[in-house]
Amino acid sequence: MADQTVESPDAQETAAELDPAAQKNKQLLDLLYRLFGQDTFTDVEEPYGFLTVTTTRERIHDIIAGLQQDQELQLNFLTTMCGMHWPERKDQELGMVYMLHSLVHNIRLRLKIFFPIGDPHVPTMTDLYSTANWMEREAFDFYGIIAVGHPNLIRILNVEDMDYHPMRKQYALEDGTREDKTDLFFGR
Amino acid sequence: MAVNDTLEGTRKIVEEAEEQRPNLHPLAPTVNDFNQELTTLNLGPTHPATHGIFQNILQMDGERIVSGVPTIGYIHRAFEKIAERRPFYQITPLTDRMNYCSSPINNMGWHMTVEKLLGVTVPKRAQYMRVILMELARITDHLICNGILGVDTGAFTGFLYLMDEREKVYEIYEEVSGARLTTNMGRVGGMERDFTPVAIQKLRAWLKSFPAVMREFEKMFNRNRIFMDRVVDVGGISAERALNYGFTGPNLRAAGVDYDVRVMNPYSSYQDFDFEIPVGTKGDTYDRFMVRNEEIWQSLRIIEQALENLPEGPYHADAPHFYLPPKQAVYQNMEALIYHFKIIMGEIDAPVGEVYHSVEGGNGELGFYLVSDGGRTPYRLHFRRPCFIYYQAYTEMVVGQTLSDAIVTLSSMNVIAGELDA
Repeated sequence: MADQTVESPDAQETAAELDPAAQKNKQLLDLLYRLFGQDTFTDVEEPYGFLTVTTTRERIHDIIAGLQQDQELQLNFLTTMCGMHWPERKDQELGMVYMLHSLVHNIRLRLKIFFPIGDPHVPTMTDLYSTANWMEREAFDFYGIIAVGHPNLIRILNVEDMDYHPMRKQYALEDGTREDKTDLFFGR
Repeated sequence: MAVNDTLEGTRKIVEEAEEQRPNLHPLAPTVNDFNQELTTLNLGPTHPATHGIFQNILQMDGERIVSGVPTIGYIHRAFEKIAERRPFYQITPLTDRMNYCSSPINNMGWHMTVEKLLGVTVPKRAQYMRVILMELARITDHLICNGILGVDTGAFTGFLYLMDEREKVYEIYEEVSGARLTTNMGRVGGMERDFTPVAIQKLRAWLKSFPAVMREFEKMFNRNRIFMDRVVDVGGISAERALNYGFTGPNLRAAGVDYDVRVMNPYSSYQDFDFEIPVGTKGDTYDRFMVRNEEIWQSLRIIEQALENLPEGPYHADAPHFYLPPKQAVYQNMEALIYHFKIIMGEIDAPVGEVYHSVEGGNGELGFYLVSDGGRTPYRLHFRRPCFIYYQAYTEMVVGQTLSDAIVTLSSMNVIAGELDA
């Protein structure tokens, strides 16, 4: 199945010239580089036409605030945000994904930041988007990601006295003592 | 002490109290509270108006709401965690239980997400079948919301009329998938079976009978003085605030923003159909009610077009790695048996990648963010649940209004507990 989705670099370039979505992504990427500098962004990808860039938690608030104010592409709708956990990535274990949408130009942008699990602090977006409030509480609840400056960072879906963050990968869904459901035969 | 002195003293207290607190609502003079004491009121967790289980702890000044603290999570079932251990086809029943008033939309949104990841193209007939079912689901979703809004304002009749119609739609679901509420409808790659002649017949009969009932319902409510007094200018939100709160769907369109995923990013051949996106002006309860009513009519238009132009051809994609073979072939054909086994045991790996797909759910943009690391299950699956996102605006919308306004506001926002808590 995998070979169907992989295209050669040449094919991707020609597709970018023809496809209006790819052109929009290019326009957005140019804007990002112009506003915030090319060094700010790493891992620029377009999986399934969705422009995805990785940046740092030091810059993320500036970027989202800048894009909210920007009049050219008007990425001023926060579609969603969520946490992530990649235990095998050293010092990049936890991640936060932000998805912005321009309702005027129909361009989407996915921003990612990664940070060590020992220091899970990210800046809050509640000063920019009211909707970030519960999303950040959800990320705190599930992953223990602390949004610095959040007005009310408490658990939202799980019970208050829970003492761990259940979406982290070390917490297996199944009862760990059972042997009839080992990962040996059926994968994860 | 003379009586006059006492009255004088009371007036003074009232005046001081009025100076000290902000003017909450132009219609809400707060003179009836002499002691400046607020009442704490638990709206929920189980309250007829919450339509599910979630709580609002309201601070009341007489009839007026001063502040509110929403508590959610009473039916949190950790779908995002469960999904990390399930093969793709086993995640469909989880999506049923999010917005259970319009399960087919959730099912098909999820299937389309997986198809996008796999690069599977679904044949036109299956796409049209999906459109028909998704629009039926949208209608039932809106019927529930508007019917119950009637109940919450004291008009039970409309609700009963509409539930009768919803029942007929559920019979169509039953014909198509065998289930009624949690439908688990369709498969990755298309539909599990073609529409039966009975399903088509029931659909046609319903399309013919429903408009009259809907017209009667609208006649009963749209210009009803009692109903309008209860809902006009109640629980309003400006377009700017709604966007800031991440509103989507009918609630956003009621505030005057014409964002609809079906138009902006057409999926499943929505670009083939001719329909309109109704918008409101003030974002109040009446606008939300009217937008939903109009969307029902537009959905009917789409269904009629899709049924009229339903293309011939296969009803599922040729994706043997993910689409179960017919049961008969499993017994007679070795390849089919192998694929059947591999699919059921979840032995087929998906491509590595991340994909976001959104559909226009009953309540707004229902998004699926799927990260695959090449295993049999998602590495991470995040549901963008419109209810969860817009319900946080509720407090802001009801502060300064009366308790009865809060009830109809909650009702018209159509907060579905399953989607709220996932």
